[in-house]
Order: sequence, then C-alpha cells, then structure tokens
Amino acid sequence: MARMKFLCDAERCIECNACVTACKNEHEVPWGVNRRRVVVLNDGVPGEKSISVACMHCTDAPCAAVCPVDCFYTTDDGIVLHDKDLCIGCGYCFYACPFGAPQYPQQSAFGVRGKMDKCTFCAGGPTADNSDAEYAKYGRNRIAEGKLPLCAEMCSTKALLAGDGDLVADIYRQRVIRRGGRPQTWGWETAYQS
Amino acid sequence: MKLIRKKAAEVSSSRSRFAGEAIDRRTFLRRSGLALGGAAVATTLPPLMMRKAQASMTAPKAGVDTKLVKSVCTHCAVGCGVYAEVQNGVWTGQEPAFDHPFSLGAHCAKGASVREHGHGERRLKYPTKLVGGKWQKVSWDEAINEIGDKMLEIRKTSGPDSVYWLGSAKFSNEQSYLFRKFYAMWGSNNGDHQARICHSTTVAGVANTWGYGAMTNSMNDMRHSKAIMIVGGNPTEAHPVSMQHMFYAKERGAKLIVVEPRFTRTAAHADHYVRIRPGTDVAITWGMLWHIFENGWEDKEFINQRVWGMDQIREEVAKWTPAEVEKVTGADEATVKEAARLMAENRPSTHVWCMGGTQHTIGNNNTRSYCVLQLALGNMGTSGGGTNIFRGHDNVQGATDMCVLSHSLPGYYGLSAGAWKHWSRVWDVDYDWVQSRFDQGSYEKSKGKPVKPMNTKGFPVSRWIDGVLEDKANIAQKDNLRAMVFWGHAPNSQTRGLEMKKAMEKLDLLVIIDPYPTASAVMHDRSDGVYLLPAATQFETYGSVTASNRNLQWRDKVIEPLFESLPDQTIMYKFAKKLGFAEQFTKHIKVNDDEPLIEDATREFNRGMWTIGYTGQSPERLKAHQKNWHTFNPNTLQAEGGPVDGEYYGLPWPCWGTPEMKHPGTPILYDTSKPVAKGGLNFRARFGVERNGESLLADGSYPVGNEIGDGHPEFSDKLLKELGWWDDLSADEQAAAEGRNWKTDLSGGIQRVAIKHGCAPFGNARARAVVWTFPDPVPIHREPLYTSRYDLVAKYPTYEDRKSHYRLPVRYASIQAKDYSKEYPLILTSGRLVEYEGGGDESRSNPWLAELQQEMFAEINPADANDHGIKDGQQIWVEGAEGARLKVMALVTRRVAKGVVWLPFHFAGHLQGEDRRAKYPSGADPFVLGEAANTALTYGYDSVTQMQESKCSLCKIERA
Repeated sequence: MARMKFLCDAERCIECNACVTACKNEHEVPWGVNRRRVVVLNDGVPGEKSISVACMHCTDAPCAAVCPVDCFYTTDDGIVLHDKDLCIGCGYCFYACPFGAPQYPQQSAFGVRGKMDKCTFCAGGPTADNSDAEYAKYGRNRIAEGKLPLCAEMCSTKALLAGDGDLVADIYRQRVIRRGGRPQTWGWETAYQS
Repeated sequence: MKLIRKKAAEVSSSRSRFAGEAIDRRTFLRRSGLALGGAAVATTLPPLMMRKAQASMTAPKAGVDTKLVKSVCTHCAVGCGVYAEVQNGVWTGQEPAFDHPFSLGAHCAKGASVREHGHGERRLKYPTKLVGGKWQKVSWDEAINEIGDKMLEIRKTSGPDSVYWLGSAKFSNEQSYLFRKFYAMWGSNNGDHQARICHSTTVAGVANTWGYGAMTNSMNDMRHSKAIMIVGGNPTEAHPVSMQHMFYAKERGAKLIVVEPRFTRTAAHADHYVRIRPGTDVAITWGMLWHIFENGWEDKEFINQRVWGMDQIREEVAKWTPAEVEKVTGADEATVKEAARLMAENRPSTHVWCMGGTQHTIGNNNTRSYCVLQLALGNMGTSGGGTNIFRGHDNVQGATDMCVLSHSLPGYYGLSAGAWKHWSRVWDVDYDWVQSRFDQGSYEKSKGKPVKPMNTKGFPVSRWIDGVLEDKANIAQKDNLRAMVFWGHAPNSQTRGLEMKKAMEKLDLLVIIDPYPTASAVMHDRSDGVYLLPAATQFETYGSVTASNRNLQWRDKVIEPLFESLPDQTIMYKFAKKLGFAEQFTKHIKVNDDEPLIEDATREFNRGMWTIGYTGQSPERLKAHQKNWHTFNPNTLQAEGGPVDGEYYGLPWPCWGTPEMKHPGTPILYDTSKPVAKGGLNFRARFGVERNGESLLADGSYPVGNEIGDGHPEFSDKLLKELGWWDDLSADEQAAAEGRNWKTDLSGGIQRVAIKHGCAPFGNARARAVVWTFPDPVPIHREPLYTSRYDLVAKYPTYEDRKSHYRLPVRYASIQAKDYSKEYPLILTSGRLVEYEGGGDESRSNPWLAELQQEMFAEINPADANDHGIKDGQQIWVEGAEGARLKVMALVTRRVAKGVVWLPFHFAGHLQGEDRRAKYPSGADPFVLGEAANTALTYGYDSVTQMQESKCSLCKIERA
C-alpha cells in the first residue's frame, strides 16, 4: 500500500505560485482560503529560498489528536482527511498543526470561524467518491480517478513532488546525488518522523 | 456549500511562523490586502451571487461525458501545453500536459489558472459605447456601422493614415496575418503591436547581426548548456517553466549567471550574480569582453571563419578597462571577470536576455553587444549555446513574423514597392488597387526623393500619442491621428501616461476590441466616442501560435465564445465588409457566417512567407504535430518514431520550401553540424557580399553537405543558372522562378534546389559585429536621457535630436541637456510579477491570480526608505521626472540597490491617487486595480526601432 507524501525541493522552488492557483482551479477554493501557499525566507537577499506548504498529511496527525469532535481520519494511503459535517470550527487543529494548514472562511472581521478547510491531497472527503456533494465540500477527488494532486503535477520546475513516499524519495535522492548537495527534506521529520 | 463561500479577504494568521523575521513580498501584500481584497470583491458584486454563479457554471459534474481538448497557454511565449476538460461545452477542468514537449505538464501561476478564461466573470460581455459619460449596450451591427461611418468620414477628410490600427501579440498567427493584411488594405502603415515595446530592438539588432531576429535555440536546448547567462531578465517570474530546463542543466553542473540591477528571484538561484546600474548593458558586456580578449578566451577560428568586424569591436572594448566598467556600471573587476570566466570556461554557454536589455534608448546597441559576446566566444550555431531571447506574449514571435508592425509587410519584406508587389501577388489582388488605397501625397524625402506614405514607416505604438499631440507641421503624414483602435493591447504598457490621457481625450474616436475593457476604457475623461467590443480569447477559437523558439503550435477550440464575444477574425471581416474591401481581403479564404476560415489563412501565409520559412508549416502538418506531442524527445525536440518521425516539434522556422518538401524545421539557427535539409544552417548573406573590399561571405565554414563548400551569396534564378542547377527545377518551377529569387519565387523551386545541393537559400555569410547602417555601427554606451550619473554625460552623451523618424521628431540631446538628477535623485525602473501579464487587465480579472497580488507597490532600499522617513507598508508618492505622481505602497527591501526604485508594471485603474473603478462598465472591472507604473515613466526612444525607454528613468519619493 502506498503512503502518500508531499516534498518540496527548495533548490528548485521559484515561488511561481502555480501550485497555489492549480489548487484554486481544481477545487474552486474561494478567495481568502488557501489550502496551499508559498513561503519565502530571506526575501530579496542572497540565500533567498521559497517552499510550498500545505497540509503534509502527517503520520501521527496532531490535528486529529486535538480535535474535540474527532472529525479527522487517515485513509489507507496515509492521507489525512476530515468530515465537514462533524467539524465545529473550533480551531484547535489550527493551533496543533505544525504547518499552519487549516483554513477558516472569514464571515467578517470578528465573525465565527466556520468549518475548517484544508488540503485533501486531492482525495475528497467522506462523501461518495466524485459526487457533486463531495466536490462542493472538499473539491475534486483526483485520487479516486487514479491521479495525483494537481499542485504537484503542474509545478513549473517539478520542485513540488506528491505521491507514494518511496517514489518521491527515490526521485529526490537521484536529484540530490546528481547535484551533489545534502538532502533537505523540509518538514519530513515533523510530518513523517523520518 | 456554506463552508467555503467567498466572503472577505483572509486574515494572514499563520504566515509569520514560517516567515520568521524576514518580511517577504507576499506577507506584506496580503497584510496590506486585508481590507482591499475584501473591498474589491465586496464592492463590485454581492459575494453570494458570485460564488453561486461560479459553482453552477463551472464545476465538473459527476457522470457527465468529458471531452479533452489540447491547447496552448495564452500567457507567455514558452508555450506550455494545456489539456482542457470540457463538459457540455463548459470548461470544467484542467489537466497537466505531461506529454507536451516544452512544459512536460508544468505551468506557472498564470498557466495553472487559465480555466478561469472559461468563466470570465469580469469579461466584457457585449458591445458597449460611451454616451454622455455612461456605458450603453449596443448591438454588433450598430457598433460596426457607427464606427465604420466615422472612420470613413475621417478617411475622407484626413486620409487613411489618421486611423491607427493597434494589433496584438495575443492574436494567433492567422489572426495576425489577417490583421496585417487588413490595415494594408485599409491603406495605411499605421499599425503596430506589443513587439515594438518588448523586443523590437532585439529583432533589429539580431537580424542585422546574422540574418534572423529571433531566439536561436530553444528553452529545451538550454538543457545542454554548460553556462547560462541571463541579462535583464527574470524568468522565474516572466517565464517560469523555462526554469525547468535551466535546472536540468544546472543540476548537471551548468553555471547560472544573472546580470541585473535587481536581486530577482532568478538571481536567488544563480551561481554568480552581477548587480549593475540600470542602462549600462553595453558597458558591462564590453567589460566582460575586455577580460575575454585580455585572456585570449575568444574563439579565434570561429571569428576568422564566420564573423566580420571584430577588430573594430576590439578597439571599443579596449576602452572598457575594469576601472571604467566599475565607474559606469558599479560592478567591480573581480565580479565582472568571474562572469566572463564562467562563460568562457563552460562552453557551450548561452545568453538569455529580456526587457531589461531591450527597453532603452540604446536598446539596439545592447542587443548587438550581447550578440558580439556570443560570437567572440564561438557560442553560435551550437546546441547549448546561442542567444536565447525569451519573448513575452504567447504569440509575440508570430505576430512579429507576420509583421503586425508599422515598418514591414509579413515576413520582414519591408515596405518597398517590391515588397508590396510580392504580397499583392500572394493576395492575388491588383498592385495598383492596393496602391490606390493609400494617401497619394508625399510628406518626407528619402535620399533626396519624395516618398509616399505607402512606403514609409508608420507611427510606432510607443509614440502613437505623439501622432495625436504633435504639431501637424512636424509630422510626416497628412494629418494627425484622429481615431485609435486598441485591438488587444493594454495602454498601461506604454510610457508617458498623462500625455496618453490627453491624447485619448483629443481623439475623435476610441475603439477597444478586447476580452476585457482594459485601462483604455477608464484612463481618460471622455464622455462620448468610445466603443468597447468584446473579443473572444484564444481558447474560444483555434489556430497556430509561435512560441519563443520559432516553433508553431496548433491550438484547438476549447469552448465557444462566451457572452456576445466574437473571434478576432470575425470582427476583422465585419469591419472589412463595412469599410468596403471584404472581397479582396478574403479572395482566397473561405468565409463561414462572417468568419474567415483559419486554415485558409495559414495556407495563404504559407504561400508568401519565403524569407523566414513560414512556408512548410501547413495546417495539416501542424495538426499532426499537435496530435503527437508524446513522440517528441524533450532533449532534442525531434520526433522519434511515430507519424512525424524525424521532424522537429512545431516545425521551427525556417521550415523551408513547400509543405510537400517536408522540411523538418530548424531547431537551432546557424548550426552547421547538420545538412540544411535536416535543420542545419549558416549565417545569412543579408548585407551584400563585400564591405570595404573585404569579403562578407563565410570562409571555409558551411553546413554539412553544402556542395559549394564555402561561403556563397543568396540564391536567385541567376545564381542557379551560374551554378548549372537551373535544370533541377521542373518546367513549372522554372516558369515561376524566372526573374525571381529565393524570397519571391512562389513555387518554392529555388529553395528546393538550393537545399537539394546542401545550401541555405539565403546564402552563407559572416555575421557582422559592426552594423554600418545603424546610428552606432559599433555598439557604444550612451547615458540614459534621464540619468542619475550626470557626471558621465560629457563622456557618454546621447544622440542629437532627430527631425523625423517613423514620421515623428525625436528628442534626445535636448532632454539630456538638463540635469534632472538633483530634483529626482532616484533611478526608476520596472518589471514583472509572476501572477500578472502585460497590462494585467486579464490576469487582474482572474480571482485565483488577483488574490495573490492585491496591491500596487514600489520596492525601495532600506537606506532610501530611512532617508525619506518611509516605513514598510506605508503609502508613498513616487513622482517621475516628467511630473506624474503615483500613490503606491512601499515595500522596503534589499532586492533593489540603494538609489533604485522598482515598480511592477501590470497595474492600472488608479491615476495619480484617484481610484477610477467606477468608470468601468458594470461587472467588468478587474478585481485588483492600482497605479500604472508607466504613468510615471518618461520620454525616450531607441535610435533604430523607437522602442520606449521604460527601464531607466528618475524619480523622487515621499510619504503620502
């Protein structure tokens, strides 16, 4: 069984935001909710690096550990999903998440949080695969169609990789050997304890 | 779905933990956008409605048949493949095109969001006119009739040259070709497009060096480079997918060098970065060449065989000692030498340049200096080398080749009587009729003889405003411009915004034909005489598009035109009908329901474009390439097996001869390692056969299989006879070729026979390092008109003023005579953002993109900010040297050097602090508006092409 993982290769990420708009496009995520975003360090000075971040689908997901209504579940592929019908928008998962992934629609400046939204690894949610209801709540279910997350598939430089963790690691390892650098699997220790 | 309704802008709560201490552009913007983004959405359409409309229209439906359509991204000239999923005529999904030879599935932010075109919620939805200051819906017929009547009246009183046809790099090749033909038949050379203000100095400089004015290799070929030098370009934002190929090379050890005033995101990935003062490209290039000559790194054999004039270059370069280079450019000796060393020791090395090099008063000097550098290193005509000139819009290469320009007919034939006769033959119309369409007066002289407007260059787009505002006595045509047609062109990409506003207000008629209203709809204060006509996007029609590397890709139609929009070719035909030349316009082109058949347009330009080999790419061959994306090897772009085995993807021009000749296209220009018949080539014999008693022909260098075995002049009927090859022509070909040459023989026979004998039809000559026909034969440095280094003006002065160039007086010395650097102490320059393209009207109307860049800003160095009491995120005024003021947000960053202010140029809709959102037609205002950078950019035009100077001016800043 595959164990799905994301990896962003900071040597290649150019902060073009294709991953961000691909996500918006695929799931019609509304203005103000960003399941994926690109973070830049040392902006504008030598050493500038960018990295694309979304829910990493952690092995022992902290969001699931703190959720008071237990709306999270992990698929057989290791993808962390949640049930929006159960979610009460309490925001605990946001505090627990090491990657800042959970998003909340803002009703107004001081309004209620609304139900949490996050990256699904393009795997939809608990409703029937590829149903209209699933699309409306969670976006498109590419995994059920045998495809991988669109953000990684459309990455301009193939910096963002998604798929079975072993394959992702193989691709990345080859790159690291070729360019003679040290591996920098940003976020993997936190997400996958590896 | 309640959960994810669009309500208001996000609160950026989680970013700080990643961003740490450093503030990045997007944190900054999103913070600033907190109120603005929400306001932009909320004030224009109730949020609930928008979301509902979107969801119901565009979401993929379960259990509905899905059609997969192949197209090509419409944003930049990398030319990424697009797979569109369409259900019931609605564009519901976008899939990565993994089998596409250029992009291999990749997109940037813009490409990954093109499906929004299929919703077009902020599109211009129906023909609209301005009546008493209010937008009023009209029918297409009414609009065409009213506009046509007004144009015919102007034609009668002021002549055909008083109407300006501003076309677009967003046209397909077929539309570009038809558009060029359209204004030829209207009877004027007053037409142009974006190439004038992006790479005109490249086309002129490069074509005059070695024959063709285009990228010599390809993005994919950069995989084979051992060093890549990018000057004045920022591909991580402007051409992101090209970086995929550069990283491929880099990870195999290639060195990436970035020469650029600003520490761009590309520079962040460079092995070596050279910061220069804006406008000192010649100086830095000669500075590198100084080290190359000093150390004997030049390729002497290449120079001896294939270059003319390098000795004169050496004399100029000798003046550019490391000390002088540092004084002028700011780059020290070690840094410059290292760049030169990396290029020399890692050959083949390639040279990439973009707007940072081209948009200057000496743009043509810059581009030629880059060419000379590559000639000196022997990097031309080889895989991994070349001048990889990245073009901007998706079809700016094609529109340039079709010469939607004011100085040439399609295929760079020029405007001479011979050129007009050639195209009259292709169009199968009477040359006398074409001539009769033009103004018969004469308003200027050439070599002492009066010349007619038919044969003189029209106004360039960079200066159409002077065509309106300049005193009639000073312009070389009958009357000023009175009507302006913006057909797919944003006004905010042109400098001198306040004067443009004046010009727009002075016109009798302003017509905007575009999928979006553009800033042309709102930047003036007219109350009448403005028409907005909705054009379809390229996803709502079909045809071919030429990517930066000269290859032609076929696009299929994804969806039917949205709302009441029409494809450009249909609108052209409607106007041709109204204006009275529809019959000649489409004499050999089938017309269905007012829509000229695209394939017939392709076939027609196939019959005429012999000069640059746009003749072999028939619609059938292009469609076969599109069907077989997967058979092309991304390392070579050559098909391996399959139905188009051995051909190069998209038949990159020159694709010689007729389609039946099956030339595979030329993947790398001037590459002598292959026979011409298999895509090999040599430098073009374009400038005669000798100069000052020296031969200009190549010496002992020729493509594999060349039977002459040396340099030779271009082919004509006479040369074929002299060589004894005349009888290789068939009887029909002989009849067609008699009295013709390789450019005008409509049978293609001369080309066929030349290539049969292994010869390039255009001859085999040396590249010329010295262009004796240009104002500066040897490229030299000249200070910008508005220079921050007035102390250097005495040594490096600009040109004298000119009385008439492109029908207009041009000022140089009279502007530089005054020192502006005291009052305006900071350098003002501009550039791109990855989320937006060009004037930005289209991309700022795409919510997926607009959300990522919500505020116009100015990058300012911390030292300058502190000197002016400006803090990051504050509103400031940036005042240009001609007095225009921009109210923008300050982004304090070390990305720019002290003394430099950088502006992105994609914004519009604010004017000197005033938000003009209310002036857009209802529901067609882009999500994000802002000050247009070019409002504050100033006068200054290239000495050969009238390219605008938009990369180097002066400004001052203060807190707002």
